[in-house]
Amino acid sequence: MPAWIPWDWFIDGWIIAIGALCAMSCALLGNFLVLRRQSMMGDAISHAVLPGLVIAFLITGSRSVTTMFIGAAVVGLLTALLIQVVSRHGRVEEGAAMGVVFVSLFALGLLLIRQAADHVDLDPDCVIYGALELAPLDLWTIMGREIPRSAIVNGIAFLINVVFVVLFSKELKITSFDPDLADAQGIPAGLFHYVLMALTALTTIAAFESVGSILVIAMLIVPPATAYLLTERLWIMIVLSQVIAAAAAVLGHAGAITLPRLAGFSDTNTSGMIGVAAGAMFAAAFLFAPRHGVVSRLIHRVRLREDIARDDVLAAIWRLAERSGAPGPGSIAAPRATLAEAVGSPSMTSWVLWRMRRRRQLERLADGSWHLTARGEERARRLIRKHRLWEDYLVHEVGVRPDHVHGTAERLEHLDDPSVTRELDSATGSPERDPHDRPIPK
Amino acid sequence: MLHNIDMPTWDEIARVLLLRDYNTRVVVAGTTMLGVAAGMVGTFLLLRRRALLSDTISHATLPGIAVAFLVGIAAGWNPKSLPLLLAGAAIFGGLGMVAVATISAGSRLKDDAALGVVLSVFYAAGIALLGVIQKMEGANAAGLNSFIYGKTASMLMSDSVLIGAVALLAAVACGLLFKEFALLSFDADFGTTQGYPIGWLDLSLMSLAVVVTVVGLQAVGLILIVAMLVVPAAAARFWSHDLRATFFTAAVLGGLSGCVGSTLSTLFARMPAGAIIVLVTSSFFIVSLLFGTTNGLVARWWSRRRLTRRVSRQHLLRSMFELAEAKQQHGWEPARSHTSAELLSHRAWTSARLQRLLHGLEHDGFVREDAEGRWEFTQRGEVEARKITTNHRLWELYLIMYADIAPSHVDRDADMIEHVLDETMLERLRARLRGEEPLPSHEPIVASPHALQPESPTAPTVATVASATTGHGQEDLR
Repeated sequence: MPAWIPWDWFIDGWIIAIGALCAMSCALLGNFLVLRRQSMMGDAISHAVLPGLVIAFLITGSRSVTTMFIGAAVVGLLTALLIQVVSRHGRVEEGAAMGVVFVSLFALGLLLIRQAADHVDLDPDCVIYGALELAPLDLWTIMGREIPRSAIVNGIAFLINVVFVVLFSKELKITSFDPDLADAQGIPAGLFHYVLMALTALTTIAAFESVGSILVIAMLIVPPATAYLLTERLWIMIVLSQVIAAAAAVLGHAGAITLPRLAGFSDTNTSGMIGVAAGAMFAAAFLFAPRHGVVSRLIHRVRLREDIARDDVLAAIWRLAERSGAPGPGSIAAPRATLAEAVGSPSMTSWVLWRMRRRRQLERLADGSWHLTARGEERARRLIRKHRLWEDYLVHEVGVRPDHVHGTAERLEHLDDPSVTRELDSATGSPERDPHDRPIPK
Repeated sequence: MLHNIDMPTWDEIARVLLLRDYNTRVVVAGTTMLGVAAGMVGTFLLLRRRALLSDTISHATLPGIAVAFLVGIAAGWNPKSLPLLLAGAAIFGGLGMVAVATISAGSRLKDDAALGVVLSVFYAAGIALLGVIQKMEGANAAGLNSFIYGKTASMLMSDSVLIGAVALLAAVACGLLFKEFALLSFDADFGTTQGYPIGWLDLSLMSLAVVVTVVGLQAVGLILIVAMLVVPAAAARFWSHDLRATFFTAAVLGGLSGCVGSTLSTLFARMPAGAIIVLVTSSFFIVSLLFGTTNGLVARWWSRRRLTRRVSRQHLLRSMFELAEAKQQHGWEPARSHTSAELLSHRAWTSARLQRLLHGLEHDGFVREDAEGRWEFTQRGEVEARKITTNHRLWELYLIMYADIAPSHVDRDADMIEHVLDETMLERLRARLRGEEPLPSHEPIVASPHALQPESPTAPTVATVASATTGHGQEDLR
């Protein structure tokens, strides 16, 4: 470690470990919230547990793990139930019902905290930010080893969640993707909804005394949403969400103690930075996910346009040669203006001509016109053949009038699938001439 | 264990309620106007199903406040000047809104996930930035936290004026664009085909939401402001189906919550204003949910109960009528009055329910109990029962002849529909089943197309059906 970063293996190690445990146990459940389109339930429940926490403190006067877990589960169920009542019986849209219920409960919690400020050692700020930096100082001794209390609490929550997901993987899958099918198969979708909500509340309570509710909300949603962008398989999504959550904990803490220093400030809140790290990973997935990323789709679209433009250039040269009666398409020099007209866009023309020149399909002559190389000629021949065979097929097999087929063939010619081309050959019987009586090259 | 709530003295109450203190006046006026503005804008947000977007926007303002503070320090301005901080909040609120739209348009994630991701990441970034600011030397960051929970008590005259201006803006915008916003909320696609600039309208509605959120930060804080936008609007919908009425109700409820909440928080110690305002709104919501006149649970329960009662009464009258018919066919005496046990055998009712229904009918003069405890029709009851039974049978016949339902299955289907048939429907049924002939009064009623209880040996035949539709071949029960 460089000297300017204050690093202590015990403290920082545990901070990362606790952060990762919280993050992973939230993300595990979050997968199912995201799939059920109930992401905002995480936000709702993590706000709504506040009064439950205060009441549990007031009743027991302690922060015993069992009391907290029971209180959390009860509040989680209650919140889910209230939302259900308001949205179903009150016929209020579910989002609004969530808003009504969780904000009211949160306000109640704030009021209780103020009213009971002398009895309850609970700071609303701490509820939101958590005190991850201080978590390694509150130690329990277990089997002769000192382990931070929050590591144990979050570890238990994580284990419960893992057991739940592993035991009920099939049921969770069906109820998340198709609740009606689940009902038809006798799997109680409603019950799983409530259990999931209770566990979410339990995880929230376990997590937020160390990391704060903000990290809970972020970890419930962001890693699963990121994983969702990267894969189409549930198990891969779950594993990815765990990896992302753990990575966010590591990067977040590293960022919290280094990034502000680079700008000349002191360190900052680790929970917040873990959320930011997860957000950065989400942004990366949003942009660069292999199949669904914005950039990947953009690249794909540009490639497609380029392919089409190249085909247009090849076809334009071929037709020019045919019209002018030149001995072969390779022997004609096509002026740039003709090619630009075929492609349609000047910038695309420059780009595609440059690309074709690099692939040695075209050569540029001294006067600025272009002519096909042997390789380009071969490609053009295949393309024109495809186009004219399609026209023949459309006229003879589909029954389109000959003067109407060009446009359709123009689109179909870009299909570049060898098996389709072979089928086309045999379906048309490889005629010599197309419906417009132009020769079909071999 | 809770603190005893210190009751204020009468003098204190009078001071607050009569708004004698300058400070109280400022706070009450500010929160009331905020409530009105939020109620108005919230009505459309709710209809547009964007309730939780306001939550995301409000959380997204936090990094904006922190960035504005840092910019203020860097530029040498007063970093805590409210316009600066609110400008930062508004910019980031808008950014959050754009981010939600981008994520849901540019990926396969659904709206809820987009909202959740933006909310939590922006908020986390805000917390991280606040963490930096709090440890900065010389930067007095105290007070930035007040945007999270609100700090109503320290509202200044200028804040109140700002809120008033925003409320006015919201009122004017909603007033001028009422029709357009209504269209946007109910059927945006139709609006597009009608040539309305739906995109711009949506943007202006969302901008209004951002502006209301931002000025509300100071008053109730960024977690609770969503309540001001959503709850009064949700509560108002229990009182009316009419958009204009809902709109005004929401504005009034919002204003009342702000007013009552801030007054309470001034009166009692240890009552954070933001939380109290929200709890007052929530109690309005609960009252509306229960007692709202159009959609309230009690109103709906009551109307359902009345429907059940009407249906049961009609069933009872028809049962009595058909029992008399069957007894007459068999020549059993007395044919026109029935014991409770006989009636019970017709319906799956408890004895208590039957008695309740009978006494209800007796009270309204449809049936009477004779000396032996047998029940019979009054004149009025007979007419009513005859009408009900005719309706039932007309519908059964219609089902048999036009919907191809087996005679043994029509009774239940007819049971379900007969209670909601209105007069014109019945007239058309009669005309159709009787070949356009109007039904003369005192004409014999149509025969049942199926066996009646007690079991009659004659199953319905095509002949009885046909005769029933032409109105012939029936003996007069009178």
